[in-house]
This record gives sequence, C-alpha cells and structure tokens, in this order.
Amino acid sequence: MMRTYLDHAATTPMLPEAIEAMSRELTRVGNASSTHASGRNARRVVEESREAIAARLGAQPSEVVFTAGGTEADNLAIKGAFWSRPDRRRIVLSAIEHHAVLESAGWLAERAEADLSLVPVDELGTVDCAALRDEVADDTALVSVMWGSNEVGSVQPVAEIAALAAEQGALSHSDAVQAVGHIPVDFTASGLDLLSCTGHKLGGPYGVGALLVRREVALTAVLHGGGQERDVRSGTVNVAAIAGFAAAVDVAVGGLEAEMARIRWLRSALLEAILAAVSDAVLHGPVDPDATLPGIVNIGFPGCAAEDLLLLLDAAGIDCATGAACSAGVAEPSHVLVAMGLDEEAARSSLRFSLGHTSTVADVAALGAVLPEAVSRARLARGYSATGSERRVAR
Amino acid sequence: MRVLAAMSGGVDSAVAAARAVDAGHDVTGVHLALSKNPLSFRSGARGCCSKEDAHDARRAADVLGIPFYVWDLSDRFAADVVDDFVAEYAAGRTPNPCVRCNEKIKFSAVLDRAVGLGFDAVCTGHYARLVSTPEGVELHRAADAAKDQSYVLGVLEQAQLRRSLFPLGGSRKSEVRVEAASRGLAVADKPDSHDICFIADGDTGRFLDRQLGARPGDIVDAGGTKVGEHPGAHHFTVGQRRGLRLGVPAGDGKPRYVLDIAPVRNTVTVGPRAALAVRRIEGIRPRWTQSPQRTGWRGLVQLRAHGVPVPARTTASDERVELFLDAPVEGVAPGQAAVLYDGTRVVGSSTIAATHA
Repeated sequence: MMRTYLDHAATTPMLPEAIEAMSRELTRVGNASSTHASGRNARRVVEESREAIAARLGAQPSEVVFTAGGTEADNLAIKGAFWSRPDRRRIVLSAIEHHAVLESAGWLAERAEADLSLVPVDELGTVDCAALRDEVADDTALVSVMWGSNEVGSVQPVAEIAALAAEQGALSHSDAVQAVGHIPVDFTASGLDLLSCTGHKLGGPYGVGALLVRREVALTAVLHGGGQERDVRSGTVNVAAIAGFAAAVDVAVGGLEAEMARIRWLRSALLEAILAAVSDAVLHGPVDPDATLPGIVNIGFPGCAAEDLLLLLDAAGIDCATGAACSAGVAEPSHVLVAMGLDEEAARSSLRFSLGHTSTVADVAALGAVLPEAVSRARLARGYSATGSERRVAR
Repeated sequence: MRVLAAMSGGVDSAVAAARAVDAGHDVTGVHLALSKNPLSFRSGARGCCSKEDAHDARRAADVLGIPFYVWDLSDRFAADVVDDFVAEYAAGRTPNPCVRCNEKIKFSAVLDRAVGLGFDAVCTGHYARLVSTPEGVELHRAADAAKDQSYVLGVLEQAQLRRSLFPLGGSRKSEVRVEAASRGLAVADKPDSHDICFIADGDTGRFLDRQLGARPGDIVDAGGTKVGEHPGAHHFTVGQRRGLRLGVPAGDGKPRYVLDIAPVRNTVTVGPRAALAVRRIEGIRPRWTQSPQRTGWRGLVQLRAHGVPVPARTTASDERVELFLDAPVEGVAPGQAAVLYDGTRVVGSSTIAATHA
C-alpha cells in the first residue's frame, strides 16, 4: 500500500545531497583524531562540515560541538550549564519543553539539588514572558526554552528570553531541533548561549546533532574521554554522519525561504481539508503563520480517542502521531496540550500531522479522503457495546 | 475477517496471532497495559504487565508483520478486576481474577472497542475450542487437558463467543512452543505465567494485607469456641488446612480445615474434614454460552480451576442457579466459578454464593 507520510516532525526522509555526502565518507577510513594522512582527510571533512553548519546558523565554527543527536545536545546543555555554575541552583524551563530537556532538569532536581521553575504558556502554546521574568533571578543558572514546539508548532520569543536571562547573569539555552532548517535561526543574533539541533529532523541522518556553545561559555563535560569536541564532548566523531548532517543543513537552510512558503501553503491546505472533513475539529496552536513552525498541525477531534484514530488512519495508509509521550507504549496525555489549558479528555483526542520536504498536495488529499470515515469510526468505538446491544436483542 | 489479536508478550498469544495471520485474516496486534506502573523488569515468570512483556509482544508482532498498538486498560483493570478481587476477599470469598478479567476486560472492554473500530473478532492464546454449529458457537475444553482454560472462559455468552478466536484449542502446549521456535518468535522459550498477574511476587496474602490492612480476629470451632487467632480472614480459603496455627488441639486430635469465613464478625470457623462436604450449591450471576438452561439440567460441574468435574443437576432462574451434586465434594469456596459442562462442552457458569451439606 502507498503510505501517506504525515509525521515529518518525528523524522523526515534524508535529502539526496545528504545521502551522497554520507555515502562518500562511509567508503573511506580515517579517525579525525589521527595524525596521519587518512586522519587528516577525515578531520578536513569534519571541520568543513562544522564551518558549513556554523555559516548557515549564524555561529562561529568553534561554537559547534557535534553530538550524537538532539537528546545528547539537550543533556549536555542542561547538565553542562548547571554544573558549570555551582553558585546557582535554579533552572527555569517552559512547561512545554521536550522530554530531553524536562527529564535532564528533573534528574538534576532529584540528584543534584537543582531547583526547577516551570514557566506556563498561553492557550496557543507561547511562553508567558512576564511569568518567566518573575522566575529568573540571581540564583538562576540556566533558562531553557525551545525555539519551536514539536507538538503544536508554536514559536517562542527566544531572543527576548535570552536577553532576560543575560540581565540576571544566567545562561540561556534553546532546543531548536524542530526549528533549524524550517524557519530562520541565527545563533549570534538570538543572543543565546546554547542551542541544540539534530540531523534527522531536517533531511540529515539519525544519530548526529550539535550543541552550539557561545565561545565565552565554559560548559562542564558530560561525556568524558578523549575530549574530541572542545573538551566538552568525548567520543570518536562520526565523520560520515557529520558530512551528511552538514549537507542537509546546507540544503535546508540554503533553500529555506522557498520551502517555507511551500510548506506554509500546504499547511493551510491541510487545515482546510481537515476542517472540510470534520467540521468540529479544533486547531491547537497558533493560526498566524508567523507564530508557528510551518510544518506542524495539531488537531483535536472531539469525541475520539487519538490512539483509536491513529490505528484507523494507520490501517488506511496514513502515518501521523498522537503527539503524546510513550512509556511502555502507553499514551499519556500530552504535557504540552495540558500546559495549554486543555483538559485530559481534549488532550487525549488530539493528533499531530507534520509536513516536510517530500510532502505534496496529494498527501493532503489522501488524508482528507479517509478522515471522515476514521473519525466516525473512532467516535463509534468510544461508546460501543457490542455484547450489550446484542444481549438486549437476544432477550 | 479483521481480527484483533490480544498479545500478552507470551508464547501462546504470539502463536495464536500467527495462526490467525496464516488463516488469511487481517490481523492487528494489541498489548493490554493493565498496570499503571509497569515493572521495568520481569521478576520471575509472572508478569503480563511488565515493560519487557510489552516489548516481547511488539517483537512478535514485528516478526509476523502486523500492526501493533498498546491499549491502556489500567483504569478499567484496577476497577473491575483488582478492586473486585480485594472486595471479594474482604467479603470472605475467594475470587478468580482471570474469570473476572475475561468477563470484564478481554471479552468486554477490549472486544467492544475492537468491534467499534471495525474488527470482526478478538483472538487470544487461550486453550479452548470453539465449534460452529447451526445453533451457534459452542465452547469446548481444549485438546490439551493440562492446559485447558475453558473454565475461565465459562463466563462468556454467545455474543462474545461469536466474536472470539482461540486458535490454540486443538494443540498441545509443547507443539505451540515448537511452532513458535520454527516461526522465529523469540518468546518460544519464555516460561509460562502461573500466578496472578497483578501480584508480582506471588504473595497474595501480603498483597491483601497491604490493601486491607491487618485485620486480626478469632478462629473458632463450629460451636463458636475460640481455638486460635488469625492475622486477617483474607489469608484463608474454605477447605484450607495449612497455616491455621491453632493453639487448642481438636478433641479427636485430627486435622482441622477452614469451614467458613464470616467477614462481619471477622471469624474463621474451622472443623473436621467431614464438615467440608458440600452437596448443594447456590450460585448467582448465571451466564449461558448458548440458550439459558432451566430446571432439570443434568451434567458435570467444575468448581475451581483445574478441579475435577462432578455430576450434578440444577434448578435455575434468570438470577440464580442451584446445583445438587450427586456425591459430596470438599472445599467448595464461595466466590469461585461453578462451570457447567455437557461432556467437553461448556454450558454455562455461575458464581458460587453459598454452599450446604
């Protein structure tokens, strides 16, 4: 069956340029830390990749620390920043952060006596800057607010937040995993101290990412060993993945303007198709295209359980997400939607559709075609009693 | 048919799902998450709620190439099975939580949701046979007598049986393991689960202590004379002999058995083995696999899981069943299911409410 892939925020297909760059390096040998010619060749690829990524993201090459992905970048940012400021105990986060940030900070609260402040968001999923200002003080080690929400798409006022943090002498971090390659991101202009990004959300490979670390910031290392990346991150660098990552950043950021306009148009077509199919569907997140990541649409389907709808759409050839975290595969209501003020019932009836570079209007049409049947089925399943109704007939 | 296969993470449900696929059905796997706080690691061979079991179920579904989901039924399970289990013990009865789970969860909550979603049937790894006849679907004992689970399915009615699939009913367990291995299912050697899935350490008494608190009371003889003390009546089942720790020896010097549990007075009555004999049983909540049976039915009745079926006749109404056993039976515990058989065929079941000599 032809699949309709509407889960690009989970991961998006690799760009041909990234596959090519990565494949080329996979055929070669060389540890970038080795002194000999093979090592030098590998190091050259890594450094050119670093320079390319830095140039595309408004950073200096020396500010790019390669990691094994977004989760590691977030862990390094949160723990490395907290441990680098032993005089300060507080970490200020938004309530809608990714689990890589929330759990890192939560672990520090449990094991290292960090004090956490969770800053609320409004009903569109945007951080309340006034509330954030109240939380940040001279005991704050780090403020971390994501650039754009992976669940509802809301873009956060990161520059304003970075300035608030700087006023109090606190470090600032943004998880920009969903933003880089999708909307303009300029590290230096943002005023941030730390920024996380990853390869596989923008057309690069899995298992590679970067933490941008402003030059003046001395993080405490989390992974110890050979000190390969600025003495902050140890481990043999993943040359091929880094080459693929850099190629993807180059294409995604280089072609950002045109692709952003295309995806925005597709997003409005998707919203239209969903509302045409299900008149009482509700958009969770900003309507204003400037306030949201272009590819993410979070929709509530009243009367449906999101997991039932996902099963039915899956069977009908549509890949999408409940946008909920899984523990042992059990869907919990999304902490993001709950933070936006939705009750548990509404949070459990929401699906995330996300668009990317391979999305077309045919994907939108495919979803529109199967959605009405799936939604009425899912509604039926909520109130259905097969045995009960048949029993009544039988007696 | 569109079939929903309940996959516990064990070998039986995995092979059952595989056979449903082979039979040409469009199969989707689900793992039922029954515990709010699943154990990260299985302790021994018990769980049907650990993360590892969910992983094993997912792996089996992947090998079979079928879609797989986890359904969170922990709230329903806690309310309909665990709370009921505790309440039954508190009331002096001995419940069978597997019967309850089949009645309220697998063939009710799960089946209803499946049918609502467009599935035609639910497939499980139970050892029992379904036979289609012009009069409806019959439920029979499994070919493997040692594994037969028709007793815990006796509570199912025709509407549920018509939407059920038990692909293992004609097989022996040893064959199922061999088949699992030949299909490349990693769970082929996974040990059987025996105990109550929501009591991870298998210690029912301690679990009930935690739920009910310590409730010490008196152990008395049939005449009401105190002969000992107990830490909580929920530690006892009618017919039990061990663990009584009686201070006062019996007059005849013979062993004594639990005859009755009185929850309000919180007493456990003990007496000689002869006093355990039961000839007449009052049952409530009758369920019939096909047409309801009225007074005058004769057949076999099984009074506990793995119990020996004994001949009996019944009188029955919509709400009650009375069983008259041909010969007395010992150790019949209120709360257990009395399942009626006509040969290998399950006729119906009822929950034992009271017993009489």
